[in-house]
Amino acid sequence: MSSETQKILTTDGIPLEVSLKKSERRNKIKAFLLVAPLLLFLIITYVFPIGDMLMRSVDDKMVTEMLPKTFKAMEKWDGKELPEEEVFKAFYLDFRQLVDEKREGKLSTQLNYTKNGFKSIIKKLRRKSKNFEEGNYKEQIMAVHKRWADVEYWKAIKRRAPAYTSQKYLKGMDMFKNENGEIVSVSENRRIHRILWLRTLEIAFFVTLFCFLMAYPIAHLLATLPMKYSNLLMICVLLPFWTSLLVRTASWMILLQQQGVVNDFFVGIGLVADDARPEMMYNKTGTYVAMTQILLPFMVLPLYSVMKTISPSLMRAGKSLGGTPIVAFWKVYFPLTIPGIGAGCLLCFILAIGYYITPALVGGASGTLISNQIAFHMKSTLDWSFASAMGLMLLTGVLAIYWVYNKLVGIDNIKLG
Amino acid sequence: MNKEFVKFDKVDKSYDGKILVVKDLQLDIEEGEFVTMLGPSGSGKTTCLMMLAGFETPTHGEIYLDGRAISSIPPHKRGIGMVFQNYALFPHMTVYENLAFPLRVRKIPKDEADKKIDKALSMVSLQGFAERMPGQLSGGQQQRVAVARSLVFDPQLVLMDEPLGALDKNLRESMQYEIKHIHESIGVTVVYVTHDQSEALTMSNRIAVFNDGKVQQLSSPDELYEKPVNSFVAEFIGENNTFAGEVSDISDGKCKVKLANAEILANPISVKGKGEKTTVSLRPERALINPSDKMDNVHNGKIEEVIYHGDHTRVRINLLGNSEFILKVPNSSSNLDIKLGNEIKIGWNSEDARALDPK
Repeated sequence: MSSETQKILTTDGIPLEVSLKKSERRNKIKAFLLVAPLLLFLIITYVFPIGDMLMRSVDDKMVTEMLPKTFKAMEKWDGKELPEEEVFKAFYLDFRQLVDEKREGKLSTQLNYTKNGFKSIIKKLRRKSKNFEEGNYKEQIMAVHKRWADVEYWKAIKRRAPAYTSQKYLKGMDMFKNENGEIVSVSENRRIHRILWLRTLEIAFFVTLFCFLMAYPIAHLLATLPMKYSNLLMICVLLPFWTSLLVRTASWMILLQQQGVVNDFFVGIGLVADDARPEMMYNKTGTYVAMTQILLPFMVLPLYSVMKTISPSLMRAGKSLGGTPIVAFWKVYFPLTIPGIGAGCLLCFILAIGYYITPALVGGASGTLISNQIAFHMKSTLDWSFASAMGLMLLTGVLAIYWVYNKLVGIDNIKLG
Repeated sequence: MNKEFVKFDKVDKSYDGKILVVKDLQLDIEEGEFVTMLGPSGSGKTTCLMMLAGFETPTHGEIYLDGRAISSIPPHKRGIGMVFQNYALFPHMTVYENLAFPLRVRKIPKDEADKKIDKALSMVSLQGFAERMPGQLSGGQQQRVAVARSLVFDPQLVLMDEPLGALDKNLRESMQYEIKHIHESIGVTVVYVTHDQSEALTMSNRIAVFNDGKVQQLSSPDELYEKPVNSFVAEFIGENNTFAGEVSDISDGKCKVKLANAEILANPISVKGKGEKTTVSLRPERALINPSDKMDNVHNGKIEEVIYHGDHTRVRINLLGNSEFILKVPNSSSNLDIKLGNEIKIGWNSEDARALDPK
């Protein structure tokens, strides 16, 4: 049977399969050409920058390239006691090379990141090394400063030997590799990133929850109202979409500040005393309020599109079969909206977790998120590799959420519209 | 048997305060009866059903179920089974869970519920389908599940809102018989809404023909077809030949109706005296070609169209100024001279020609 089907020929004697492929090739090429610009665009704007970010975040070639001979010589060193003359000689030669190229300043900065105290001894070494005699470099270098005779400093240099490092990622988690190569946390009072990560998750979670609680009734109303009212309501939902994000955030600043409209109203109705106006901005409250308002449409729209497809006769059926309105809602209507809830929550949460402008403007010190920290390192400290590392950690987190969601609900069940 | 198991008492319904969708409805339904509300779309039949189910409230008047006024009782406390137009099966539940829903909310113990579900499924011959999802069933099977679900909690009254509308013709016909048999075997009262007259004629004990928010006629299928009380019913149910004219004489249960250029004898139903305008209605199968019996109306007509229908031939004839006069000729008597353009004799009894209200 199967051999017969393989032998089917077209009228001009070409096997059917070949003929089919030939006739479809044109369409395939056409289809590919249609998506090619998008593909190119994605590669240039998405795949390439992310790849670059990944490289940047683990890249540690700078020192590796500045001290090639030293690291070669250090390969044989066990790293317990001071290295042999060979290592010192190699270091001297590398160092002279750097001084000639006027790059020793960069080396000192880099090594100082690894261990404090390199800056001054490298400066001193530069001055003294001009007059070094040939031979016995170990003695001569150790004579420059007593730290050069300290094995800890040589260990610190050796730690910079690999071309790649996980140091930036550890720093993002408030951890570092100590002298013995163990991964340890920084002391409690210096942990900032963990707090930021947790706060980001917390704010994203609650913003998603608030959005869900507010969007569900709105979406239901939108889906069940007659057309002429639902169109108006839909415009009200979409109106914020058509307004600039900055304008919306700025308007929250006007509303929420201590001398702002909301506070004036509270004082006006006697809810709070004039001299005890609550702070609703430059803290978490501000971030919660503004982000919830801004992300609300992202929850409403998927919910609405799912609710629109639920036939009103299902609720009626539930009631006619004896279910109270609450039972009919909970057993019939609600389960059918789960794909929309999933889509909306996923969308809101992922958007919230990387939110930047709003927390930057209304968040203050206690309401900023991890993305603000990334921006800080991009713009102020110029530690791009650290910013890249944190960006990738955020991306990984988002992918992890997506994965968990797929396991729990199934991504096929998602409905965006 | 309770003659007034369901009673609509002077019910009015308006959605917008301007137009009455249901006008002064008076309708009694006997216990165990199968009553169909039949009418064109917008005639108010579905509104009546929704008021009975509790999804709409009457603007005026009261509905009684087994002697209780039910206008203030919410739908879930009425205990009425309902089959919806698009089945309204819960798509996220299996067939078993769909059927268990009404039992679960009534807190019926599981073993008893299982028995009821088995019974309901076997009633619609769907044993073994309990674990399927509604999406995995064909339209006809979904319809059966919907019927089973509406009956599983033993309601005294079941409402069906055009339940067969989405099925194809053959399936619809077999489902009609199936629903009819289920009704006969368990004796539940059924109120059925449809706009398909053959469905109504097949299934019902009585049919209420709706038009313009009013019941035009409430009677058994044969009476509805044979003895329509007004020209809307005559026109709506089955095929109908009409002559518009004026009563010129009325005596001995017969009347003469003057047409444009002839005069025919008719049976006065809603005409009382001379000079009244009337529409005479005659069923196609009551008129014969070349009548052998003595009939009191015999006229000549010209054949204008012949359409072959398999078991019968439809013949369109220009008769007494009506060029839309239809005859149905059984194909066994094909020896007759039915050819386009021929002149033939057509006869009927005045008893079958019903003089009704003018259109």
